[in-house]
Order: sequence, then structure tokens, then C-alpha cells
Amino acid sequence: MQASATHQAIEAVWRIESARLLGGLVRMVRDVSLAEDLAQEALVLALAHWPGTGIPDNPGAWLMAAAKNRAIDELRRRRRVEQKHETLGEEASAAPPAHAMDIERALDEDVGDDLLRLLLVACHPVLSTDARAALTLRLLGGLTTDEIARAFLLPEPTIAQRIVRAKRTLAEAKVPFEVPRGDDLAARLPSVLEVVYLIFNEGYAATRGDEWIRTDLCDDALRVGRILAELVPQAAEVHGLVALMELQASRTRARRGPDGEPVLLLEQDRSRWDQLLIRRGFAALERAEALARPLGPYTLQAAIAACHARARTADATDWHRIVALYDALAELTGSPVVELNRAVAVAMAHGPAAGLELVDALAEEPALRRYHLLPSVRGDLLARLGRYAEARGELERAASLAENGREQALLLARARECGAKAAGALQN
Amino acid sequence: MRVMVIVKATKNSEAGIMPSEKLLGAMGKFNEELVKAGVMLAGDGLQASAKGKRVRFANGKKSIVDGPFAETKELVAGFWIWQVKSMDEALEWARRCPDPMPGEESELEIRPLFETADFGELSPEIQAQQDRLRTTLESQKRG
Repeated sequence: MQASATHQAIEAVWRIESARLLGGLVRMVRDVSLAEDLAQEALVLALAHWPGTGIPDNPGAWLMAAAKNRAIDELRRRRRVEQKHETLGEEASAAPPAHAMDIERALDEDVGDDLLRLLLVACHPVLSTDARAALTLRLLGGLTTDEIARAFLLPEPTIAQRIVRAKRTLAEAKVPFEVPRGDDLAARLPSVLEVVYLIFNEGYAATRGDEWIRTDLCDDALRVGRILAELVPQAAEVHGLVALMELQASRTRARRGPDGEPVLLLEQDRSRWDQLLIRRGFAALERAEALARPLGPYTLQAAIAACHARARTADATDWHRIVALYDALAELTGSPVVELNRAVAVAMAHGPAAGLELVDALAEEPALRRYHLLPSVRGDLLARLGRYAEARGELERAASLAENGREQALLLARARECGAKAAGALQN
Repeated sequence: MRVMVIVKATKNSEAGIMPSEKLLGAMGKFNEELVKAGVMLAGDGLQASAKGKRVRFANGKKSIVDGPFAETKELVAGFWIWQVKSMDEALEWARRCPDPMPGEESELEIRPLFETADFGELSPEIQAQQDRLRTTLESQKRG
């Protein structure tokens, strides 16, 4: 009992300390795999010692010292191998030489830089977004491979493979470990923000499986986002992304009906929205808006989410402002998905006919060919115009394209509703 | 999961004695750590119960009671809301908190917040009640 309690306590320490530990080790040894091995060895030592001695007062420093000793041993061993090779007249291995002095100096550097470096490496553009997401959750979120696999509903070996391959890619690409500054840093941030939002969305609008929302993933993404906001407080879009995630997460409770079915934004019981997250979202949005001119894509999306959060009832929504924000977002991104959302906003502000006109203009868009929300939106607008038979066809098409079981069921129910209304209209 | 971490009151906190510069500095640093780790969602200190009031419900009657209140150790002097992975993580963070009431005995109490999932299956009666409430709210919105 006692031993297992300590085990859990050590896991909790690990959750808090592992990212900082890895960050420091990556800086020293400039090799993600080696850093992970060293951190693991430190954890094994802790698991052996702490049940007897109790958790030390500064567990982070303890773990770092343990890992550092192993690092020095390992680097000495590598040097010996190198020297042996040199005396044999062979070419030295590519590993950069590191000395105990470098390591001592490295320990004094900024912890914030370590975390930022770790995040930039995990989200390096040489990696696929899937690999970046897995590596970010592993290195920054402190999740095990098994936890990541469960979060993404994939088999454990798939994620393990993905991480191994990602680390190999990083090593082969000789990704630099210096933390870029100024414009260079700004250029690297989009690939980080993309991954954080991808993780959030995988939780918020689960594309796979029957669960509509997987809160744990949202929490993990929000946590990484909040950490990032403190690491690069001057970057407007980081706060924009955090604001967007806080505001979207504030609706989690209201998005799920009693049977787990999705509830659409305008039909949600707003009294169930999380006021704490809404206030945090507003604060982050304010920070973003104060830093940026013009507003970036995440900040614009957060500003749209804030319009909904501000409206006490669905009827009180400021659709004209939302249309203006979508105008800016569409111009910035040129994304057909944004155009589709803009069409919805226009329909709310100026009536379904105006919205339908915009949706129809997107019908030939190749990027939306298999996107279930295009026929879903079109179906809704047709229904609002009383064209139920057409609406039913669109909603059925949307259901056939949707991958989430819950969403599919909702679309089919709406299609049936339209079918019944169409039949009713025929009888009258 | 979310937890509320409650700082229990002491004689000094109830007497309105302000924390020392040193404690404020240490607490500020701890709060900074919590923010940097993405753990802190909210938190504040409360003024002494002498400045508080209670609304008491008894036998269908309501009455107002002015502070200060007795049972000092059961009173709240401050709170945080943390987002953590587990109760163990919350415990580990709480362990790192500077002594909030130096020179006195004090406690931090960690309580998990209810999550939607904790309510589990609603009974048909409660479900019906919630539906009625929702319908009423809807009609109020329209009205």
C-alpha cells in the first residue's frame, strides 16, 4: 500500500518535472533519443531510491543531477570510443564532443528556453503533423506512448513507431538545437500552434470513434498552450490560440446532450457554459489584440468565439460583427472551410437566401468535395427556406460523409425531420 | 481534472494580519510556477470573515448572519482552482506551496470539482426535471 502510494507520487513528480528535465538534457546532449534515455534512467533511479528515502525536497534537481551523471558517463564513453577510432585512423563519429564544463554551464541557462527548445524540436517542420502531435504530447505533455495511443484511438505500436521514426528524422535532418530569436522564432511558431490546435481539435471534435468529445486531449492541448503563452509572451497569435481554445472548451459541457449526442452551438444551454474558461478566454484575447495589428488567424477565430460567449442568448448574437471577422479571416487564409463558415454567418445576419448563394459558389471547391459540413450547411439553409425535399437529400449526403458515429446519427435525424416536413407539405 | 485548493484560515488571518513581504514574494513565485506549468486557472485570497456575511437557511426560513464567524480552522482564507492530471499531481504541487501561515498551524485542503461524467446516469425524474428547466429557460429566452 505504502509502496504503491509512493509510486503514484513519483509519477506525479514525473508529470511535473519530465518536460523541464528533458529540455535541459536535450540542450546538453543535443540528441532527443539520448535525452529520453537519460531521463528514463533518472526515473528508474528515483523509483529505486525514493520509496526508501521519501521524495526529496527538490525532486526536479535530484532527477537532473542523476541524469547529468549518466550523461557525463555516456559522453565519456563516447569520447573513449572516438579516441580509439582516431588512433585506429578511422573517422570520428558525428556526435559533437561535449565536456563536463559545458554541462555545468548549460545547467545554469534559462529553464524557459529549455522548454521552448523542446517544443520547437518536437514541432519541427521536417516532421509530419501527426508525428509532431505525438512527440509534443510525449515530450511536453509527459504522456506515455500508451496514453497517446489511447487518446488518438490508435494501436500502441503505431504511436511507438511514429515516435521512433520522428526521432530518427530529427537526427538525420541534423535539426539545430539553438533557440531562434526575433523573426526566426516568429517563423517557427506557426508549426507549433498548428500542432497544439490539432491536438485540441482531435479532442474537441473527435473525427474517429463514437465519442463526440475527448476532454483529456483538450486539457492536454490547453496545458501546452498555456505553457507556450508564458514562454513567448510577446507572440500575439499564441495568446490568440489560447483564447480560442479556452473559449471553445468553455462550451464542452453544453455540447453534449444527455445521451452523449452533440448539441449545436445555437441550441446549447448557455447557463452550462464554463464562465471561468470564458473569462480566461477574454483575458487571453485581450492580450492577443493588444499585441497584434492586424489580427492573425487564431486571434480572429478567438474573436468570433468571443462574440458567441458574450451573447446571453443565441438571438442576441452579433452576427454582423461575426461576418466582418470572417471577412478578415477569409481574406487572410483563403480557406474554403472559412468561406463556408462565413456563409453560415451571412445567413444568420442577412437571411438564408444570402447564405445559400455563398454556399452554392463553393459547390465546385475540390477541397470541400468530401467535407460533410458543406452538404450539412446547405441542407440547413434549404430547410430554413422551406425546401425540405432538397434539404433531406443534402443532409443524407452529409451523413454518408461524416466519420463520427454521433454526428452521423444527428444528421440522419435532421434528414428524417426534413423528409417528414416535405411529405407534410405534399399532403397539404 | 480540476481541483479547488482551499487555504484554511488561522487566528492571524482572521485578525486581518497581512502576510509578510517575504511570504508574498514566495507565494508570488509559487503562483508563477503554477502559471508557467499551465496548472493555475484561478486563485485569490479572502478577507477576514469579519467582513463576510452568511445567509442561513433553517426550517424554511432565511436569516442573515454578520461575520466574524467562529470555528476559525474551518473558515477559508484563500483558494486556487488548478487543472491537473490527477489528485497525486495536485498533492505534489500543494507540497511545493510555501507555508501559507508561518508561525501558525495551517492546512491546505484539496477537493476535486465535479466533472460532467461524475454525475453518471441521471435518474428519469432528475432528467425530466432538467428537461422542464431547459424548456422554461428556452421560453424565457424567447419571451
